[in-house]
Amino acid sequence: MIEFRNVTKRYGSVTILDEVSFTIKRGQFVVLIGPSGCGKTTTLRTINRLIEPKAGTVFIDGKDVTLQNAVELRRKIGYVIQQIGLFPNMTVQQNISVVPKLLKYTPSQCQQITRDLLTLVDMPYEEHAHKYPSELSGGQQQRIGVLRALAASPPIVLMDEPFGALDPVTRDSLQEEVKRIQRKLKKTIVFVTHDMDEALRLADTIIFMDQGRILQMASPEEMLHKPAGPIIKNFLGRHAEEGANGAPKRAEAFMKKRVYTVHESAKTLESIERMRKREVNSLVVIDDDDHYLGTVSIEAIKERGKAGRVISEYINTDTLTVNRSDDAKEALDKLLASSENYVIVLNDDRSVAGIITRTSTAKAMGEALWGEIES
Amino acid sequence: MKLITLYADHSLALLSSLTTHIMLVIVSVGLGTIIAIPLAVLLTRTKRVAAIVLAIAQAVQTIPGLVMLGFALVTLGIGKAPALATLTIYSILPILHNTYTGITEVLEAYTDAAVGIGMTKSQVLFNVELPLALPAIIGGIRISAVYIVSWATLAGMIGAGGLGDWIWTGLATYNTDYILLGAIPSAILALLFSAAIGMLQRLLTPRGLRRDS
Repeated sequence: MIEFRNVTKRYGSVTILDEVSFTIKRGQFVVLIGPSGCGKTTTLRTINRLIEPKAGTVFIDGKDVTLQNAVELRRKIGYVIQQIGLFPNMTVQQNISVVPKLLKYTPSQCQQITRDLLTLVDMPYEEHAHKYPSELSGGQQQRIGVLRALAASPPIVLMDEPFGALDPVTRDSLQEEVKRIQRKLKKTIVFVTHDMDEALRLADTIIFMDQGRILQMASPEEMLHKPAGPIIKNFLGRHAEEGANGAPKRAEAFMKKRVYTVHESAKTLESIERMRKREVNSLVVIDDDDHYLGTVSIEAIKERGKAGRVISEYINTDTLTVNRSDDAKEALDKLLASSENYVIVLNDDRSVAGIITRTSTAKAMGEALWGEIES
Repeated sequence: MKLITLYADHSLALLSSLTTHIMLVIVSVGLGTIIAIPLAVLLTRTKRVAAIVLAIAQAVQTIPGLVMLGFALVTLGIGKAPALATLTIYSILPILHNTYTGITEVLEAYTDAAVGIGMTKSQVLFNVELPLALPAIIGGIRISAVYIVSWATLAGMIGAGGLGDWIWTGLATYNTDYILLGAIPSAILALLFSAAIGMLQRLLTPRGLRRDS
């Protein structure tokens, strides 16, 4: 229902939007996200013609927006801005009724709309309709800001970082309300934010922008699992591969992939040489098909080993292993219980995927909290 | 004591002067308002021109009232008309300045929201910009009125009538009593105008904009 076709916007020599194309389906909650200056707000403001593109076309329901009267177009599109923008000289009812009044609704219709909308956010009409914005809390003000955008029942609502200035608790509850309202009223919402939490929470589709281009347009799940490129991955930071409680969920998130292996037929001296070279004190033993067999430690060879013998004789098959998709908690429990201070991570075919050590765990936790860490 | 008897003796004549004076103030400030507000609105639409026009207006304001009245006397002659013309010109600047600043200082969030939800330019002006600038505009009218009450005494010089007549008579005859006869009511009048417009300002300021609410 909203389509961008090769939309380009330049200010002087600076390109703000670079041939942006995408389609938003009716009833979708789409979040535009990206670093500041990526063009997300410009994209939003191009939809209701607050910004006119240099080239390319924006279509709403198949109609080129530039062929419609800008003022009439905007009355059919709800608009919520960050600084709330409720008119301080108008009461709640007057603010909500602004667009209906522009569209020549009768006073009683306006009042009914106000009543219905206030009910939607649990703000009783009698108590709140005649208050001025300055008499409301920040959260209540932005609720009214959202209601004002909904007043004339526009099929599309644009929101430009609407909850950016709110405290986390209020933001949470407003996010929930907006999502609920969107589902209930089946609105198409285009929402700009720089907060990945918010995007993941609200979006059906996330459009990730950088330097005026779309880097990825995907569902939150897809973006989490297959972020297209390092910028997005970095932006996702702790969200990548994350579970509900904020920590990575699967064992594989904690492993390092570089594992020193040795074939079961290798000789003792050769293995010791290899350990010395890699500065490790054990190796993972594999067979011809790269399947995991066990581990061999320098102590075992030193204690019992004889020169020229194959290491399969000294293999330790009691080393703890987990499957890469196992629960992370299980892997960490095993790590703490392990006498060797590591847990081997296996793929489904029992080949070696990686190894979880205390260092790799610390690194994974660090990245979960603060994003990419140089090692 | 002497002054009070003097006031009593001249009460009727004084009353008539006072009425004329009030009329001079109301008409010139009224005309000034009617000219200044639309002009200020136009200026907010062309910021580059605004800087020039406001500078010129400020320069005009620095010309001593006496000089302006003298100029009006020479070009327009004696009477109420030249006096009103001069006073009107003087009343414009404070209102022009306050209206211009009042509108330009309306936060972009409000105008952006107004345009974004589909108001036309004039709807933005009448629904958002002017109401939000209203306290500043009335503030300008108040400053203007207080100035004009005192400048209107000068207008007595060119035969406009009003309280200025008494002051000029006093000056011409070295009679302090007559000067006070004109000066004291004029001072009180200035305070009354200020207070009345202040009340009007409170009344007209939407509840949501009042700082003490």
